[in-house]
Amino acid sequence: DSDNVSRKYHLELVLEDVLDKDSTVNCAAEVLYHLGNKNIAPDVQFTLEGELKDTAEADNTFYNRIKSLEKELVAENIPDSHGNVSPEMQPIHLLAWVASGYVIWQNSTENTKFHLAQIKHVKQVKRSDEYLEFDYTILLHEMVSQEIIPWQMTVLWHPQHGVQVARDSRQPKHMPE
Amino acid sequence: DQVLHTVPETFQQVQHLQHLCRTLLLDLWKPLLPEDIWAGEDLHIRVPASLLQEVKDSLDQHMISYKVLIPDVQELVDQSMPKERSSHRQVPEGYNYTQYHSMEEIYQWMTEIQKSNSELVTQHYLGKTIENRTMYYLKISQPSNKPKKIIWMDCGIHAREWISPAFCQWFVKEILQNYKSDPKISKFLQNLDLYVLPVLNVDGYIYSWEKERLWRKNRSPYMNGTCYGTDLNRNFNSSWGSVGVSYNCSSEVFCGSGPESEPETRAVAHFIERKKSDILCYLTIHSYGQYILTPYGSTTKPPSNSKELMQVAEKAAAALMGKYGTRYEVGPTSLILYNNSGSSRDWAHMIGIPFSYTFELRDKGTYGFVLPPNQIQPTCEETM
Repeated sequence: DSDNVSRKYHLELVLEDVLDKDSTVNCAAEVLYHLGNKNIAPDVQFTLEGELKDTAEADNTFYNRIKSLEKELVAENIPDSHGNVSPEMQPIHLLAWVASGYVIWQNSTENTKFHLAQIKHVKQVKRSDEYLEFDYTILLHEMVSQEIIPWQMTVLWHPQHGVQVARDSRQPKHMPE
Repeated sequence: DQVLHTVPETFQQVQHLQHLCRTLLLDLWKPLLPEDIWAGEDLHIRVPASLLQEVKDSLDQHMISYKVLIPDVQELVDQSMPKERSSHRQVPEGYNYTQYHSMEEIYQWMTEIQKSNSELVTQHYLGKTIENRTMYYLKISQPSNKPKKIIWMDCGIHAREWISPAFCQWFVKEILQNYKSDPKISKFLQNLDLYVLPVLNVDGYIYSWEKERLWRKNRSPYMNGTCYGTDLNRNFNSSWGSVGVSYNCSSEVFCGSGPESEPETRAVAHFIERKKSDILCYLTIHSYGQYILTPYGSTTKPPSNSKELMQVAEKAAAALMGKYGTRYEVGPTSLILYNNSGSSRDWAHMIGIPFSYTFELRDKGTYGFVLPPNQIQPTCEETM
């Protein structure tokens, strides 16, 4: 469906659990791109057939581990150059994935195809409330232009309250010489 | 194969599970015998891949809930025997094909490969890169008095696509290990010569190891050395500079100052041009995306032998999927990916090479360019 102002896509897809390839959920979605104004994120509506897996146990384990760290977590290059992610960093990687999904959504048009290429840097920010806060610098790969775009995002997370991207901004590309 | 975990709750469920194990001869890990299955007790069953769907359906039908304890038994087995996997029986001795290798190591590997397989393999000079490094290709050819057609394959035109050179090395290893025993390969070599360029963009590859992992282009200086790199796959003389490129050096798809402005492009192009009447197939290996791309990128007008090109590509994708279920999309770049001009694949077809393909290997964006080494083997095996 389209006119000159917007274009709508109907999608039927299957969601697959990254940690358990056999766990799938059918999904129907509608994506509306605003052709006129590229600065508005596409509208997305979706329905899921069934439920997503309960992750409370893993969430709480991760939450408690981070909360009990003496020093704030700091890490770089996830995955590393060879594609490895240590088991301790897996949840940090997954969290970045989810949060980057939001950033990608907010910045997508009909002519972009983004993927999270790598976490360049992540730093935990201690908070007085119950949330965990991580300051990420990620690298997004955009398929059409082939560009690697650094992006900063401040991510809040809580086992019961989920993920929130509090702040995000595109970073200038600086050449390491 | 997977290992499933369930805790039967009722006597009926116990009976059904016992029946399932006995009739399908399933491998019980816990308990050891069907008669020891009890309600309220843990049950671990290893189910072969071929029976997985049937077993899961049966459990679902009987409202027996289960968890997947081990999603891939083979993987676990492999992990527990690290050395066994690849290094020792390989040519050369001790070279690990399931790891990524630096350019130094690849240069050494090529020398070794020629030394230990001199009846079949010769190493040849192709040209020099902008930073004056040597580009070598390997020629795999069975001595015969028959003139043979050529299949050319290059890897690593884009620096960050590490799985691509890894595949070229794997490919060579596979051919050399199996050409005597595998009838398909030996027949192949009776009629065809294989030319393999393991790393086209040598400078870029080294740069991605030492300085910037996600570097793509070559290392050609522009603007008085304030900006580096031409996208070699936009630099060929096929509708050069027309679409899907940038004239700005800071872009990842900078097409260079003119068609074949880069020494790496010229080295490949001059060689292929000279041999073109004998070249049957041009293959260029990239990542990621899981595509088999046919000409053209610069226009949606189909190439003259489009039907045949597609047929062959579709057969390849089907064979690939047969190995691990990996899906590859097949079609012209301009239709299924994006528009681009100056690609090596388009150029090869335009000068008359009938079969010209770009392979975009695993994955679909999950790891993208930083594909973990444990995916090298399955990627290479299925692509083989």
